[in-house]
Amino acid sequence: MVEAISSPSQATFWFIHGRVLFWMVNVLGSACFAYIVARRLTPLLRGQRDIRFDRPLVRLGRLLQFWLAQWRQPRYLTAGIIHILLFAGFMILAIHTVSLVAQGASNHPAAPGGLYGAIADYAATVVFLCAVIAAIRRGIFKPSRYAVPAKYGKSHTAEALLVLAFIAILMVSDGLFEASGAMWQGQHGGTPEVLGPLTLGWVLKGALASVPAAQLRSLHLGAYLIHDLTFFVFLCFLPLGKHFHVVTSLFTLYFAKLDRGAIKPVRWDVPDEQLDQVKSFGVKTFSDFTWKHMLDFYSCADCGRCSDQCPANAVGRPLSPRFFTIKARDYSFQHSPMWGSAHNGQPLIGGIYSEDEIWSCTTCGACEAECPLLIEYIDKIVDLRRGMVDDGKVPQSLQKPLKALESRGNPFGKMEKKRADWVKAKDFAQDCKVSILDGGHGADTLYFVDSITSFDDRMQSIGRATARILHSTGENFGILGTVEKDSGHDVRRFGEETLFMALREHNTEAIKASGVQRIVTSDPHAYNALQHDYKDMPPVEHISQVIARKVRAGDIQLNPLPESNAYGNGDGNAVGNDVYTYHDPCYLGRHNGIYDAPRDVLDAIPGLKRVEMQRSRDRSFCCGGGGLALFYEPKEDQRMGVKRVQMAAEAGANVIVTACPFCLVNMEDAIKVAGMEGKMTAIDLTELVEKQMR
Amino acid sequence: MARIFAYIVHKGGVADDSAAELAAAAGKIDATESPVAVVTGWGADCDAVCESLRASFGEVWKIANAALAYPNAEIVRQALVSVLPSGSLVLIPHAHFGTDLAPGLSIKMDAAYVPDVLGIEGMDGAVLKLVRQEFDGQVNAHVRCDISTGAVITIRPGAFKPVERTAAGGTVVDKSAAVGALTARRRYLETIAAETGDVDITRYPVLVSIGRGIEEQENVAIAQDLADALGAALTCSRPVVDAKWMEKSRQVGSSGQTVKPKVYLACGISGSFQHLAGIKGNPFMVAINKNPKAPIFRVADVGIAADILEFLPELTSRIREK
Amino acid sequence: MEILVCARRVPDTSENEIEMNSAGNDIARDDLVYSVNEPDNYAVEEALRIVERSGGNVTVVTVGGDDDEEILRREMAMGAKHGVLLSDQSFSGADGRGIATILAAFVTKGHYDLILTGVQAEDGAAQVGGMLAALLDYPFASLVDSIETLEGKLKIGREIEGGNREIYEIDLPCVLSIQTGINEPRYVGMRGIRQVASVPIPTFGAADLGVNGNVTGAAVKVKRLDYFVPPLGKGAEMLKGDTAEIVGQLIELLKAKGGLK
Repeated sequence: MVEAISSPSQATFWFIHGRVLFWMVNVLGSACFAYIVARRLTPLLRGQRDIRFDRPLVRLGRLLQFWLAQWRQPRYLTAGIIHILLFAGFMILAIHTVSLVAQGASNHPAAPGGLYGAIADYAATVVFLCAVIAAIRRGIFKPSRYAVPAKYGKSHTAEALLVLAFIAILMVSDGLFEASGAMWQGQHGGTPEVLGPLTLGWVLKGALASVPAAQLRSLHLGAYLIHDLTFFVFLCFLPLGKHFHVVTSLFTLYFAKLDRGAIKPVRWDVPDEQLDQVKSFGVKTFSDFTWKHMLDFYSCADCGRCSDQCPANAVGRPLSPRFFTIKARDYSFQHSPMWGSAHNGQPLIGGIYSEDEIWSCTTCGACEAECPLLIEYIDKIVDLRRGMVDDGKVPQSLQKPLKALESRGNPFGKMEKKRADWVKAKDFAQDCKVSILDGGHGADTLYFVDSITSFDDRMQSIGRATARILHSTGENFGILGTVEKDSGHDVRRFGEETLFMALREHNTEAIKASGVQRIVTSDPHAYNALQHDYKDMPPVEHISQVIARKVRAGDIQLNPLPESNAYGNGDGNAVGNDVYTYHDPCYLGRHNGIYDAPRDVLDAIPGLKRVEMQRSRDRSFCCGGGGLALFYEPKEDQRMGVKRVQMAAEAGANVIVTACPFCLVNMEDAIKVAGMEGKMTAIDLTELVEKQMR
Repeated sequence: MARIFAYIVHKGGVADDSAAELAAAAGKIDATESPVAVVTGWGADCDAVCESLRASFGEVWKIANAALAYPNAEIVRQALVSVLPSGSLVLIPHAHFGTDLAPGLSIKMDAAYVPDVLGIEGMDGAVLKLVRQEFDGQVNAHVRCDISTGAVITIRPGAFKPVERTAAGGTVVDKSAAVGALTARRRYLETIAAETGDVDITRYPVLVSIGRGIEEQENVAIAQDLADALGAALTCSRPVVDAKWMEKSRQVGSSGQTVKPKVYLACGISGSFQHLAGIKGNPFMVAINKNPKAPIFRVADVGIAADILEFLPELTSRIREK
Repeated sequence: MEILVCARRVPDTSENEIEMNSAGNDIARDDLVYSVNEPDNYAVEEALRIVERSGGNVTVVTVGGDDDEEILRREMAMGAKHGVLLSDQSFSGADGRGIATILAAFVTKGHYDLILTGVQAEDGAAQVGGMLAALLDYPFASLVDSIETLEGKLKIGREIEGGNREIYEIDLPCVLSIQTGINEPRYVGMRGIRQVASVPIPTFGAADLGVNGNVTGAAVKVKRLDYFVPPLGKGAEMLKGDTAEIVGQLIELLKAKGGLK
């Protein structure tokens, strides 16, 4: 008779029958886990409402893309590959692991074998190797984005290594269990389970060759015990730290925000007309967050990719998205503990967050574009700003433009009646008549100019270039003129929702009254506002899209650049040809996915040599921010714009082309501050096209 | 015509420059009679000031009292009310002490009040015609003041050029006895001196000064560069200090320091009188401002309509080339 | 502590371009936007901080008409408990002393421990605070940049020349004019103002205050006749040319005047 190695359910562990022991472990472990998860869910029940159950098919599709296919992971290749392998391994091993755990508490045979068993063995081996590699990378090579600056507390490396240790132990104990079982069977005349060559089990089996039977039995049972205990300890450890994402990622990704570019309303359950009745705007205490935002805090994997890409973090502002989330998570853990009552309600601003920290964000979206868990940041920052505005905590540097926006409809305090004066510039007005609608009808297309292009001496040239381009292609267009007010895009993002709604209402009426069929703008902030913040608008396009279309259709002919371009050096002496690079504005590129149209336009100019900066498209580096961000005085080591123009120089360019007036302001300022005058020029796409059109 | 009294601000036994300006202003009201200098104080310092004023004033009224040893406007006012005849015209310099003293004085003397006068056009019957400014100095205004029951007028520092007076041979009249009981419901405790910065801007012959036109803290370096190239000190106007871009010790103006340089470059400064009040000695003033209508161009010797953020780096690099 | 702050509605210089009208005798008023006098916000903010520390209420008062109510609401949105409008036909045309007389009449009707004003308004007069104190026979201090509450009195700092500060002890009740920069006034947005939109603002006229005929007409001793822009006179010699040429001219001038070695 073939003597089977004792199976864990039938063995005796220190006077306790195996089946009883493991039944108890399984039940207690599961109960403990369930309890912990229930405690973690409690704050969510007290959070604000969030609308996340709509469009299930779209959500399902994205779940498959971002969860199952790990879509964002490869953006950081090394860590990405390791994670994909770990994730795939976990998915494959799921059945195996569960049945292994069940084994101890029942008389059922071991985990499924056959093809699945073989694949599972290899998966476990890969998981083990990845865990070791990850531990070495984390513990010895220490990539910089994992570092924890002193002000945020102790290093998180211990937690990371502990989890990797759990994983390794699970794999090794499982392998040992299998190996010892197969070894025994082989020694006692049965058909051993086939362990695939080079799998962990196979290696361990080899190591067990000279181990006597009694010890094999002990190893077998011991390995099982260790596996089972480790499994439940690990399981219960998950909700206590960053590995909660293992459980919550499915939900966070399913419920992720679908409407990019838009900002959440003040309250999902309160329509605009009833907002006056809301006592308190914005997020002031933790339970003012929506349940989804709280879920986000739990789901952070502490990977640091967001902060690695964050321009505010890069220039030394007090904002780091990673720690924005981790601090909130730790606050929640601390104030809704495992036992004892929750003692919430402390103000967040002045507590875990500082005012400067929250004002430092330019809403560029780099963090959201990077996060593998699609954690949202901008809505939370806006909600916190709404809370500060509600409490009057607005820095003086922002109070002035806000007041000017309220009384004059633009942040500069310039008189409304001068908003359309830019069309009257002598040389311009002679050959390009711009129709000013001023409340009346008469145009198919509205050119929405917005404040900076209307009033800033330098940016008015973008307005004129855009008008010339539209004029030359026979567009029947007009501008709103003095009835136009600021789009309010950044008023909203800086938390002044009431003023934003007033501006939006005013502009919406003016646009509707004009009867235009479509809107064109040269300002990506205005574009984003009209596209996402405003409702029931005619179709909106950015001027780069219009130009690209017209170039493709042959309606716009672009002259080649002269042999010896003189853009880069203001002194007119050619020093070889200019090299151009395109800077993706955040609100054109990342938030609205318009990357190719401007590039196609540039590439359609004969003789234009274009290079890409290393950080381009959805990895573009914010220029410093637009709208109200121009007025805020942050504490920083360096200007974002300066870093960006240095990136352009590193790419070998001496001309930066951009498609946003705020980017242009920041680039031109940065060129001066960085002392690169004469070595670098910035120009708007419309200005370049207009020059080459003549 | 009522008598004209000029309240003399003094420190350490020395009369302030405004004394001569008040005399000049008084002359515009009434060219015939010399105004009376009024000095409040105590002890040797008070006596010294009165002596020194004999050369420029026909009469000097000394009001000496222990309670007046420190110039506390609340107490000075009581003294003046007891001593000055009703219906008088009282001239006071428009500065920190004057604005503290004058409005209340006009009420207690039941007199009219016109603050911060920069021009006097003369009398028209019982009405005095004056010129003031409003809206941060953007517009002037003609003002008429009925002085039939007297008037308290504060004079803008620097608005009236001191007139060279030959020895007026004035007498010092001691009016201390006329002062009644003085109550101190505002009691002086101490003066806290401004933090002395690293640089004493009053010692530099050449100053590069920046105002709001510098736009941002990071741009201050551009001006510092120019100052370094010229061996000058970098100074500023009040808005730059309020925005915390520079230390208070660098502020030139009525609430900052008074400087007497040889050359003064006003960069991105609009030219408010509070700032100009801190510049004495008539230096060679160069104004650079992108607004060609800025008031600074009225007082500067040389003007350049340009954006300082572009102009200064050019200037600095050319200076360094030499 | 019951604190009264005197505020005023003015054309804000930062959001208006002050220009002469076509007749050349007044400023162009068609496009002016009005708001509360900026320095008054510092006074209200300081008052709010004092009552937050020591209890009490802040009342904001202004002399004017219906148009001026909006600034009272704004300060109430900031946190002032009460807003009061002093309005009467006979008040129009009052000069600084007239305004102070009207305010004094209101003060005597109630009980206030402390009265604050902003340092000055658009006319640059800086007079109402000092006059009010004299009319009430309260002690006064101008250019106050710090306030510490003690028993029955205050310890205040006052700004003087050279960046120095005088420290005084001043008995209550008193009047103080508050220098800008003493604090950072909190923000008030449209929402805040909407929330106080229906709070009643009591109005007092001449009869209520007992101010009859002694603030306007013959009582006005100081009258502004017009506004004008002075003839430019010589002014600065503007340098001409392109930047390089101007820089060159300037360097020559600096050398000549001893600015450059």
